[in-house]
Amino acid sequence: MIAEALEYWNAFRPVLGSALMLVGAVLAVIGTVGVLRFPDFYTRLHAASVTDTAAATLAILGMVLLAPSFAVVFKLAVVWLFLFLTGPTSSHALANAAHTAGLQPMIGRLGESDGGDE
Amino acid sequence: MIGAAALALIVAIALMLIRALSGPTLYDRVLAVNSLGTKIILLLGVIGFLTGRPDFLDISILYALINFVATIAILKFFRYRSFQVSLTRRGKEGS
Repeated sequence: MIAEALEYWNAFRPVLGSALMLVGAVLAVIGTVGVLRFPDFYTRLHAASVTDTAAATLAILGMVLLAPSFAVVFKLAVVWLFLFLTGPTSSHALANAAHTAGLQPMIGRLGESDGGDE
Repeated sequence: MIGAAALALIVAIALMLIRALSGPTLYDRVLAVNSLGTKIILLLGVIGFLTGRPDFLDISILYALINFVATIAILKFFRYRSFQVSLTRRGKEGS
């Protein structure tokens, strides 16, 4: 029974890994569209940082399911840990630098008034 | 399906390059370059699995390290106009 389950899992694993990689890549495209279309620097930063961390996690999880040996899994874990630690750190540094330099966030609705844009 | 993932990542890189080239402010460009680096890391891993050579992951570790240091260095340079400034907070006698 355990052998049967392992056989099913080994047949199912590449499909699941490829699907997770595809979901991560599509999430990266969605985040990039957000970066292109959002009106303000801070909203663009939000779109980019959130989707980057999630896309990296999903894609690396998919690669772990496709990995042929344990060394590859270890390298993937190193890449994931580094991205997971440095992505939010650089987003924070970017927002802090922009705020210190005097870049004001846009306040109010788009098209209603340009009150917060000055 | 791995090929589709690589294609989607290439599309994301191309679109993010538009933002990096046409960003209104400096911080938009830095954000775009940082996000571009993350997507290039993922694309390197995906290409490694696409061609059956996961050794590409070493290059992607290197890209992850360089990407973070470059972002922080660019931000520090445009804040202080110099690289030779300590990032720690000044003490009482320093002010």
